[in-house]
Amino acid sequence: MKNLLEHTGIEPGRLHFSWISSAESTKFVDVVTKITDEVKTLDPANKKYVKTEPKVD
Amino acid sequence: MTDYTDKIKEIAKRVLAEGKVDMVIGFRAGTVPMMNQPHYAASAEAVEEMIWDSNCGLNLANYLTDKKGKIGIIAKGCDSRNIVTHVIENKIKRDQLYIIGVPCTGMIDHHKINAMFDKEILKVEESGDQITISGSGFSETVSKQDLLAENCAVCTHRNPVEYDELAGELVDEQADVDQYASVSKVEAMTADEKWDYFDDLLSTCIRCYACRNACPLCYCPTCFVDESRPQWVGKSQDPTDVRTFHLLRAYHCAGRCTDCGACERVCPMGIKIREFTKKLNKDCKELYGWEAGLSLDQRPPLDTFKADDPEEFIK
Ligand code: SF4
Ligand code: SF4
Repeated sequence: MKNLLEHTGIEPGRLHFSWISSAESTKFVDVVTKITDEVKTLDPANKKYVKTEPKVD
Repeated sequence: MTDYTDKIKEIAKRVLAEGKVDMVIGFRAGTVPMMNQPHYAASAEAVEEMIWDSNCGLNLANYLTDKKGKIGIIAKGCDSRNIVTHVIENKIKRDQLYIIGVPCTGMIDHHKINAMFDKEILKVEESGDQITISGSGFSETVSKQDLLAENCAVCTHRNPVEYDELAGELVDEQADVDQYASVSKVEAMTADEKWDYFDDLLSTCIRCYACRNACPLCYCPTCFVDESRPQWVGKSQDPTDVRTFHLLRAYHCAGRCTDCGACERVCPMGIKIREFTKKLNKDCKELYGWEAGLSLDQRPPLDTFKADDPEEFIK
């Protein structure tokens, strides 16, 4: 999953996978904090795959 | 490969007469050159229409899904692998089938041939490994090797893997081809270049879904792109929607795609859609040592669990 998305040009570091049980609330908080921190360090200019207003040529 | 035609007809007539099958699925000539059509033959007369040449690139396994009764089917290497996949996925039973195997030397790429000429092509004839393409005021003979579809040029499973009878002698498999050359090229790019490469690749897609319809793997009664409640993916030409369609289509083929090339063959815009599935095929090979449809007794990697499955990406 990760490989193909990154293969098609999603910046590495934007895609995260984790296995968290519904009982692991602390792990969930840890993972989400880590992901948001990590993604914030990336250049926002590389934010892709976001649907915007239609382009008018 | 045209000499298979007579043998195919002979076998088809025989199995129909013996009552081994209710119909035989093969090809007949299309209305325009290089566009052979799938053909269901249930009688000796219908069998007479059958042909075999280098334009039989569609994947006939596509026409087996959930069929009842006994069916004869003509299968080149890739078709046979998709038939195996169909059997594994309970879309048809092996004992319903009489597989007439056709050792294949590759199919020709009509996109490539059309691009070679400005004028309309009226006739494409085949003799041995020479293809003669002609129209009003021109005629050119080219070696078949130079016209092969990209997937056929790098195919390593030309002989059927599963069959009841063969329509010809087994052929030598190609050994010194790099199946994944195009994937490696993209892998060497930076993230931005990759993004632009796929943007460009998909820029002409008209969302006609011919690629999905031609693929034997795409047999869901309602495809995710057609659902509206919930709507999984936008239906517009927006590049984001187009890319989402292609990514999800590819993921649905993960571990199942045989690189038969039917999707690329039918694309009216000539888009190299296999660039997506090929990456997944390469990953499957590298991570699980798996190539789809080679054996009836092996479960595909994505429906089994092993304690040592690779999982570096899960934190
Ligand atoms: S995705 Fe394309 S190459 Fe793969 S099995 Fe489907 S039609 Fe064939
Ligand atoms: S067949 Fe070609 S144009 Fe049609 S949806 Fe598939 S990639 Fe797009």
